Amino acid sequence: MNTQSNAMPEVPLEAQVVTNAAVAATRPLYWSIRRELWEDRSIYFAPLAIASLFMVGFLIRTIQQMPKMRAALADPVNQRGAIHMPFHIAAFMLLVTAFFTGAFYCLDALHGERRDRSVLFWKSLPVSDLTTVLAKVSIPLVVLPLITFAIIVATQFVLFLFSTAIALGNGLSAATLWAQLPLWKMWLSLLCALVASALWYAPIYGWLLLVSSYVRRATFLWAVLPLFAICVVEKIALNTLSFANLLKFRLIGWYTQTFVQLVPGGVPPADPLTQITPWKFLSTPELWIGLAVTAVLLAIAIRIRRYREPI
Amino acid sequence: MTVIEAHGLRKTFGKTIALDGVDLRVEEGRILGLIGLNGAGKTTALNAILGLTQFQGELKVLGRNPWTERKQLMRDVCFIADVAVLPRWIRVSQALEYVAGVHPRFDRAKAEGFLARTTIRRDSKVRELSKGMVAQLHLALVMAIDARLLVLDEPTLGLDILYRKQFYDSLLNDYYDLNRTIIVTTHQVEDVQHILTDLMFINRGRIVLSCSMEQYESRYQEVMVRPGQIGAARALKPMNERQAIGRSTFLFDGADRRQLAVLGDARTPSIADLFIAVVGNHSGEREGVTR
Repeated sequence: MNTQSNAMPEVPLEAQVVTNAAVAATRPLYWSIRRELWEDRSIYFAPLAIASLFMVGFLIRTIQQMPKMRAALADPVNQRGAIHMPFHIAAFMLLVTAFFTGAFYCLDALHGERRDRSVLFWKSLPVSDLTTVLAKVSIPLVVLPLITFAIIVATQFVLFLFSTAIALGNGLSAATLWAQLPLWKMWLSLLCALVASALWYAPIYGWLLLVSSYVRRATFLWAVLPLFAICVVEKIALNTLSFANLLKFRLIGWYTQTFVQLVPGGVPPADPLTQITPWKFLSTPELWIGLAVTAVLLAIAIRIRRYREPI
Repeated sequence: MTVIEAHGLRKTFGKTIALDGVDLRVEEGRILGLIGLNGAGKTTALNAILGLTQFQGELKVLGRNPWTERKQLMRDVCFIADVAVLPRWIRVSQALEYVAGVHPRFDRAKAEGFLARTTIRRDSKVRELSKGMVAQLHLALVMAIDARLLVLDEPTLGLDILYRKQFYDSLLNDYYDLNRTIIVTTHQVEDVQHILTDLMFINRGRIVLSCSMEQYESRYQEVMVRPGQIGAARALKPMNERQAIGRSTFLFDGADRRQLAVLGDARTPSIADLFIAVVGNHSGEREGVTR
C-alpha cells in the first residue's frame, strides 16, 4: 500500500516532464508560424479574394448564359461535364493562387526581415534559425494547403447551393444534380491534389527561401534568371531542352502523376476517386529527388540565416 | 561569477581588423559602458558576445560558446541591438503575445505594467508609434524577461533627452539588481556616466582603457589650472591639456590630489573628456604622430 502511494505521483510527474519538453520544443515553432500569419496576410487574403472574384464571375455568367446552360443540362451526355465545370475551375484557380502566394511569400520570407532590420529582434529571442526557417517553409507546405482546402470546400459548397437553385429553377430534380456531384469524393480527391502539389513544389519553395536568405536585392530576378540562363545556355550549346523540360515537369508533374488525364472534351467520370493514382505519384523518382533537394536547400538557407546581418 | 570572459578575441572582415585580440572579463552584477568611435569594434564585440557573428579566440558567455550555443544562450541573454529593430507591422499586443509564446522567462504581466506607465496603446502597430515609444516598448519587453545579461547597443540613438532619461531611469530602478549584468554602448556618454559601475574604451579593435568607476574616480582628475600654474601643471605630466574659455584644463592620471589642489579646482572628468584624452593619444601613437 505504502509503496504504491509513494510510486503513484512519480508516473504523472515523469509524464509531465516529457510533455513539458515536447511543449517547449514545439512552442517556438507554433508562435513562429503564428507570427508569419500576422505579418503576411496575403496568405489568406489572396485565396479569399480569388474565391470571391470567382463567385462574382460565376453569377454573371449564369445569368447571361441561362439558355445555353439549360440546353447543356438537358443533354444527358454533356450534363455531368456542365455541372462539374465550375467546380473544377474554382479548384484550379485556387490551387494556382496558392502556388503563387506561397512562391512570393518564400521570396520575401528571409529577405524582408533583413531589409527592415527586424532580424535583430527575432534573433534576440531563444528561437533557433532551424525553427525559424522550418516555420517559414511550413507556410507553403502546410498552412497554405490547409487554408486553400478550406476555401475551395467553402466555395464549392456555395456553388453546390447555387447549382441546386438553378437546377430547381430549370425543372431539373435536385436528386439528379446531387447524384452527379459526389462532393465528399471530390473533396477527398482535392485533398490528394493539395498534398501532392505541396510535396511536388517543395524544392521550388526551398529554392526561393534560399535565394531570399542570400541576396541583398532583386530577389525575383535572382530566383528566376539563373534558371532561365541555364535553359538558354543549354539550348545554344547543346541544342537540347532537358533543363527546360525538367522545370516544366516540376510545374505540372504532380498533376500528371496523381491524376488520370481527361481527354480534351471528355466527360469526368462519375466517381472522381477512380481518377487518382497515388501509387504512380509515390513511385515517381522525381518526387523523392525533389524532397531530398528541398532538404539540402533548406539546410543551406538555415546556415545562411545564421551568418546574415541586416541589409 | 564571471558572465563574460574573452581571451584574444579576434575578428576580421577581409583586410579590416574589427577586433584585434580583445581580453575581457565582466563579472555578475556590473553595468559596463563600452565606449568607442564609430567603427571601433563595439558592435562587432557585442555581436560576438550575442552569437551573431563568428570569431577567433576564446569567448565564453555565461559559460557557453555564443556562436555554437546561441539558442540556449538567448534564454539568459537579452539585447536591444539598435533602435527601431522591432518589426514595423507588429501590433503591441502581438509583440507581447509572441514574446510570451517563445520566451520561457517572459513575464507578461510585468511588461503590461511597464506599458501602462506609457501612452502606448495595445492595438497600435509599431509603425504608428514614435521613435521614443518604440524604444519604450522594446525596453518593456526586454525588462519583463528574467535574463542574466542585457546588452544594449545604442539603445537611445535619435531619442530626445526626455526619453533617454526615462529609458535609463527605468532600467536602473525597475530592472537592475545584483544578479543581472548590463553592457551598454552609446555615443551619449553623459547619459550613462552616473549609472555605470565599469568603463571600457575600445579603439581600433583594442581595449585601450578598462576600469571600474571607483577606480575611475580615484585615478582621474581634471583641473582648471590658475593662469600662473600652467608650468607646474605641465611638470606633473598631464594626459591631456585643453583650452576652454581662456583657461587651460589639464587631465591627470593618478596624480597626487594635494598637488593638484594647489593648481586649481580639481574634479572628476567627464567620460567624454577622458575618452578624448585616451583615444586621442592612442590614435596618435598608432599613426606615429607626435603630439
